[in-house]
Amino acid sequence: MSDAVLDVRNLRAWYGTEGDPVRAVDGISFEIRSGETLGLVGESGCGKSTLGRTILGLLPEGAATAGEIRYRDRNLVTATPKEVRAMRGPELGLIFQEPMTRLDPLVTIESHFIETLKAHEPDVKEKEMRRRSLDALGAMGIPPTRFKQYPHEFSGGMRQRIMIALALVLNPKVLVADEPTTALDVIVEGQILEILADLRRNFDTALLLITHNLGIVAEACDRVAVMYAGRIVEQGDAREVFAEPAHPYTRALLDSIISLATTDLKYIPGAPPSLIHPPPACRFHPRCPNAMRVCSTKDPVQVAVAEGHVTECWLHGPEDQIPDGGEQPLERDEIAVAEEA
Amino acid sequence: METLLEVTDLRTRFALRGGFTDRLRGRAAGSVKAVDGVSFSLRRGEVLGVVGESGSGKTTLGRTILGLARATDGSIKLEGREITGLSEGAFRPLRRQLQIVFQDPHASLNPAMTIGESVGHPLRIHGVAKDREQARSRVVEALERVGLHPAEQYMSKYPTDLSGGQKQRAVLARAIILGPDILIADEPVSMLDMSVRAKILELMIDLKRELDLTYVYITHDLATAKFFCDRIAIMYLGKIVEIGPAAEIYDDPKHPYTVSLLNAIPEPDPTKSVARDLPRGEVPDAITPPLGCSFHPRCPRAFEVCGWERRDLRTLLEARWTRMPEPEYAAEREVIGSLDSLDVPGTSARIEPASGHTAAEVAEIIERLRADAPDDPFWKGVAEVEEEDGAIAIRFHEGLEPRDVEEGPSRLQCHLYDPQALAAAEAARGSVPGANRSDDGPSSDRGVTN
Amino acid sequence: MSSIGEIPGSAAPQSPEAEIKNEQRAAGVRRLIGQIRTARGVPKWILYTGVGIVLFFLILAIFAPLIAPYGFADSSSGGVDFPKQAAPSSEHLFGTTVQSTDVLSRIIWGARTEIEVVIVAVFFSLSVGVPLGLLSGYVGGKLDRGLVLVMDALFAFPYLLLAIVIAFLLSDKLGQGIITAALAITIVYIPQYFRVVRNHVISVREEPYVEAARALGAKRRTIIGRYVFFNVIQNVPVVATLNAADAILTLAALGFLGYGLQPTQAAEWGYDVQRAISDAGAGIWWTGLFPGLAIVLLVTGFTLVGEGLNDILNPLIRYRRVRKPEIPAEPAEGEK
Repeated sequence: MSDAVLDVRNLRAWYGTEGDPVRAVDGISFEIRSGETLGLVGESGCGKSTLGRTILGLLPEGAATAGEIRYRDRNLVTATPKEVRAMRGPELGLIFQEPMTRLDPLVTIESHFIETLKAHEPDVKEKEMRRRSLDALGAMGIPPTRFKQYPHEFSGGMRQRIMIALALVLNPKVLVADEPTTALDVIVEGQILEILADLRRNFDTALLLITHNLGIVAEACDRVAVMYAGRIVEQGDAREVFAEPAHPYTRALLDSIISLATTDLKYIPGAPPSLIHPPPACRFHPRCPNAMRVCSTKDPVQVAVAEGHVTECWLHGPEDQIPDGGEQPLERDEIAVAEEA
Repeated sequence: METLLEVTDLRTRFALRGGFTDRLRGRAAGSVKAVDGVSFSLRRGEVLGVVGESGSGKTTLGRTILGLARATDGSIKLEGREITGLSEGAFRPLRRQLQIVFQDPHASLNPAMTIGESVGHPLRIHGVAKDREQARSRVVEALERVGLHPAEQYMSKYPTDLSGGQKQRAVLARAIILGPDILIADEPVSMLDMSVRAKILELMIDLKRELDLTYVYITHDLATAKFFCDRIAIMYLGKIVEIGPAAEIYDDPKHPYTVSLLNAIPEPDPTKSVARDLPRGEVPDAITPPLGCSFHPRCPRAFEVCGWERRDLRTLLEARWTRMPEPEYAAEREVIGSLDSLDVPGTSARIEPASGHTAAEVAEIIERLRADAPDDPFWKGVAEVEEEDGAIAIRFHEGLEPRDVEEGPSRLQCHLYDPQALAAAEAARGSVPGANRSDDGPSSDRGVTN
Repeated sequence: MSSIGEIPGSAAPQSPEAEIKNEQRAAGVRRLIGQIRTARGVPKWILYTGVGIVLFFLILAIFAPLIAPYGFADSSSGGVDFPKQAAPSSEHLFGTTVQSTDVLSRIIWGARTEIEVVIVAVFFSLSVGVPLGLLSGYVGGKLDRGLVLVMDALFAFPYLLLAIVIAFLLSDKLGQGIITAALAITIVYIPQYFRVVRNHVISVREEPYVEAARALGAKRRTIIGRYVFFNVIQNVPVVATLNAADAILTLAALGFLGYGLQPTQAAEWGYDVQRAISDAGAGIWWTGLFPGLAIVLLVTGFTLVGEGLNDILNPLIRYRRVRKPEIPAEPAEGEK
């Protein structure tokens, strides 16, 4: 077990608007150890993409951040943009969702690699750069004979693999993959997941895999963090969380997956809440089948359900902090279609 | 059950605009056979799933049936009446029977029309409602039926005011308001969140029951298809490679592509992270598809007559070089001259050594290639390797075009199940000196996947 | 930007990208009005200033008979002859010209001329350019290729020269009046509308909702009219205002060169400026300055409206003005 390479504590990232700010990331804490893959899962509008960008310092101008992102004795939140920029690439890598648009169409793959290496490791010799590039591409299954081709000559899946190779050629310690397979077909997705699984085995890279697809998380991740309305409601070992989900949202999410084994359809009534005015106290309480009175009045506290498995849910206590009568079920109106996602 | 739709050998081809000079002369450069000989029939009340990845032609198939894309060949009969080649005017009344639900709920509704206007527009187009009152009440009825309740609240809203799931419901309302017989649903839930998919699928099932609808459900997601469909057609590069009852497809998939699609679905169960035997490579270029069976370059069970050709040799060489460290790759690359001749389809390949190298060196590389993975299906397709005029010539067995074969309740296009193809392979094997007769036949070995 | 008529729990836009996407989905006119209402900062003031200037001249134009002290060709009033080339005085606030006409009155009547011509010209340009663009963009094929060729050719022509030629040709048939001048200006601007609308139509044409309309069985003209039209006209107001600004300049130029309106038909600023050239040498500044200023001011007014609208309608530029929020140090208990 190695030390945490990335340690995020109480991170908040808010977007400015003309009115109240959008609280996309609103108090998130987690850590990733080197060689570990953490799956960050959530539906659209939960703020997970924002989280990925916050870590890499890629938020637009109207956004503010607070909290800590501890990376190698530095807090990325308070570091200057220049410092963060220098780390992007050699230390922090990012793989985007749509590989079709992320490579420069006017430039060969070779140039992409050489330029990247030159920018961050200028002392490396040309020959060595070529060798490393071909090795990285080879690990992704891209033949060396195609090194000098242009991005449009590759298919979507291959472009994504090129992107991953490009991110890995600099040996970053932390890699953030933002929905890397969402735009790809299922077989190609499987191939890329195999590659990412290899990563875990052969390299030391800590991988933060952001996705809405729970199937991928089960396949490729050591630990999982479930995100809802800007907060992480549950995190722990992937096997444990899938086998014994602690938070009602996690449970409902797992139930709603349609897989080959599904026998009947389940869904979560209602819609993810607005990030500008999230519901008070526990953000899931309007849709939670197990909601209690305390859930709408007091913020849930993070509790450990098992070793390394935590959740924020009043169903798991701490009992002494629940006021009298707080355990009574919550009275709510039927959630109408009008409020659904 | 009556047959509502009969599709026979349907083909839809798109011409491609070529480079600058081609465009100047107004000439097309190559074409894509998006739908390449598709046949099936649709019975009233059933749900037919059309499953495939991107490039399979499933979306084009749906659009061709609806007359949104022009069929180049073949026939589509709606209740016995031929509908390919109909003019727009002649097709129009048929649209009351044939409707479509598209994939992107955010873009399927006109941003400039309210929900009430959008949903009611079909009534106006076809002159169905007698007056405003009647039109309005039918719109309300449609909205209520899809669960947009209370309907009045939605009539004056614009699409931007609705969420994704609500928009998809509105699209459904618009599709059913004329009381169609057939609804073509093109990936109706793939752009929705998982927790909402179930809701919309359930709605579609309810509508089927209440309105006696017949569905063609186009998707890449076999999991939702299993839930929803009675029969499933698997498409690959414009052809239906397997079609049969849903239960059969899932319990006993026959075509290797179907098998790999099923294997590729990620199971949300971390305890089951088992190696998935994914086929190598990706869906090939549709402009110049592989010879013979289009799936053969990726198929773990391919054999002699599947259509082996030069490009497969190139793929194999490149795969080998991908795995080698750079200096060794450079050394081998030097021996072989240009690989361009291997880019064009053909049943014989000729590799010239680069200047300063001999054919023997090339032969050695081919040998090493073979030693890498002697069980690779590719080698079954190689008839002979011999030196010829200072270069290495490789001849492949003649490939056969797959044809429809019945296997149980399913119909598929796969040589593994075609007695004729199996016989031809046997003959081919017999003609090759020293071939491994002891090989178990193609039906048992799983081959090597990269 | 709040959605109009919010349904509880409906998807609220989150990140700036999501919000921009949502905005772009709202159709033309609604979006325009919504965005103008929520505009802030510099573009808003640009727009308001421009609108103010244009309104000012509009009032002059509409109420000219009431506001102007004299007629535009009057060289006398109440039996009293006006002095010739007199400096500004209490009776003639802007002075008089070499033909003894009152400069101020000519400015005011000139405003009417300008506005009339601009309205006619813009109206004609719009009614020809927009439908052609719609048709060409949607139908495509040979019609499109042909029209684009014609429009590009027109566009490539130096516009003033073209206007002069057309004014010259038309003046034979229609005389030198407002219509002639307006038509000359019209033709020059048709390609602009055509191009802007056509390009937008080509992208909208591929949208799923247009294909959905086809699938419903809508006739082509219904699709163009109800599905395409409203979604492509967002940029037309901007082009129209810039068209107006250009029209004034062209009219003034035509008047300056003597191809515009006859002095007896109406007052025209460009003509006045031309007449004032010889005055300048003699130190008579008022005959040239005021007409010139009027031209500059009205053109600037329209341009400001156009630029203001353009800035407001472009969501990417808008977002830079968003305030960075203050994140409180520690969230208060029970309030997150």
